[in-house]
Amino acid sequence: MTSTMDFITVPLWRAAHGRTGDKGNRSNISVIAWNARLYPLIVEQIHEAAIARQFRHRQPTRVTRHLLPNLHAMNVVLDDVLDGGVNDALNLDSHGKALSFLLLELPLRVPMALAPLLRGPESTTPEGDTP
Amino acid sequence: MTSPQALHVGCAAGFSGDRTDAAAPVVDALITSGQPAVLIFETLAERTLALAQLARRQDAAAGYEPLLDDLLRPVLARCLQHGVRIVGNFGAANPRGAALRIQALARELGQAAPRIAVIHGDDVSGADHHAALRDRLGPALDARPVVSANAYLGADAIAGALRAGAQIVVAGRVADPSLTVGPALAHYGWATDDWDRLARATMAGHLLECGAQVTGGYYADPGLKDVPGLARLGYPIAEIDADGHCIIGKPPATGGVVNEHTVKEQLLYEVHDPSAYLTPDVVADISDARVDEVAPDRVRLTGVRGHPRTDTLKVNVCFETGWLAEGEISYAGARADARARLAAAVLRERLRDVGPLRADLIGVASVFADDAGRWWQHPDHAGAADARDVRLRVALRHADRAQAERLAREVVALYTCGPAGGGGVRTALRPTLGTLSCLLPRAQVAARFELLD
Repeated sequence: MTSTMDFITVPLWRAAHGRTGDKGNRSNISVIAWNARLYPLIVEQIHEAAIARQFRHRQPTRVTRHLLPNLHAMNVVLDDVLDGGVNDALNLDSHGKALSFLLLELPLRVPMALAPLLRGPESTTPEGDTP
Repeated sequence: MTSPQALHVGCAAGFSGDRTDAAAPVVDALITSGQPAVLIFETLAERTLALAQLARRQDAAAGYEPLLDDLLRPVLARCLQHGVRIVGNFGAANPRGAALRIQALARELGQAAPRIAVIHGDDVSGADHHAALRDRLGPALDARPVVSANAYLGADAIAGALRAGAQIVVAGRVADPSLTVGPALAHYGWATDDWDRLARATMAGHLLECGAQVTGGYYADPGLKDVPGLARLGYPIAEIDADGHCIIGKPPATGGVVNEHTVKEQLLYEVHDPSAYLTPDVVADISDARVDEVAPDRVRLTGVRGHPRTDTLKVNVCFETGWLAEGEISYAGARADARARLAAAVLRERLRDVGPLRADLIGVASVFADDAGRWWQHPDHAGAADARDVRLRVALRHADRAQAERLAREVVALYTCGPAGGGGVRTALRPTLGTLSCLLPRAQVAARFELLD
């Protein structure tokens, strides 16, 4: 039996990286594991419901996750989250270029045994989920 | 029979406004390779063409990429002398105008007249296509001040032009990956229904089409994703083999990095369903794609499959929608956040009758937030009482210029009428464009090339 001592919780960006693209009012965000052994954790925990909650202030009408096991990656597609998209939005970042960094703030529970595969400063703790 | 030599395709621009000194190292590397080589320029984002159309209204000779001279002058002579062909969508709203300008530039550089091909057929803004567009877009199209309507053409006309001996191919709207597929089709003579090979070349083109985004640009994150020499990034070169598989690299002695992670980020960039990446040439499927580092700064892409292309072409119709007004003012020191929020409240009240006002607190909440202010209302973001350097930014849209201009006046008036200590006002007003998209049957779009005399 494992205890909570056997896990650490880190922001997703320590386990994965990503990039945002946009078409109209739709955003896609890649989530690419730094290491193949971290990928199953991401698939298990960074599911559509968690992603929808992270972006709830942007009121996505649909959140779709496409898995790419060979690439140890998933492609997240968020519909109608760009306040209208590049032509209609009033926000500064009308393409939503920065949104990958919001997704990568989601918390991820990682077994201690896999912690050496994480990247970035060890002292960082996740910010918790944001609205 | 020996297999054809691998085709090298270098990309020297990924959007209109990209660095103009990127091409020279790419061209040097293409020449040094001794392989058949093509240099591509991708300079057309979704809205660029509408802006080019507006420029052409002012000046009939304009309407092509404004930086055309700056992009080509450093490399044109060397490309012509060494047989590096050039393919670009820098023709924008006036491909023929761009071709004539390139002809003149070659003359200025003391070169013999190059064979230049112009791609036609993407512009569907004329009377010939109005009924078809109206059928698909419905009443939404009526009463819109249409600026541009362009179909995304595929690789066929580009390949045809290259086979006819063009040294330079000038296109307007073509699908970005088709700039790469065209040269590969012409070089290898693939059948136009060789879906797997077309799909592989398409994804090679996809990796190239944003320039430095695959060689370390748009990737760097200090301490986590370090990129050497970001200020002098090398732009990508794809070595495409006879089966369409590719290796992505970059010129020697340039900055940047090509590794499995930079390539994966770009592979998925602006992709939705990875099993169906739609282009005019093919439906590409990267579900089982593999990315492998084969040497430093060299990454191989394999495992891409293709499915038959669709019977339609995507069309973007751009129209004028009015005006976007923006204004900013800064607050610093104690209670900066509270003063900026008070200023926002004042502007909302004063501009209530113009329309919804977007407000952002730069330094506190300006990027992840939303138009409706839901982010602001969340308790976690309700206040940043300790913020000492906050810039209020407001924005609104209006169809009528005079109404939109009121925002600037109200922001300026905060100097004497607003909260204490506001400074650094900047305002901007710009015309806005909207886009409608639809699909047209291929038979209704006549893509062809013309060789200039």
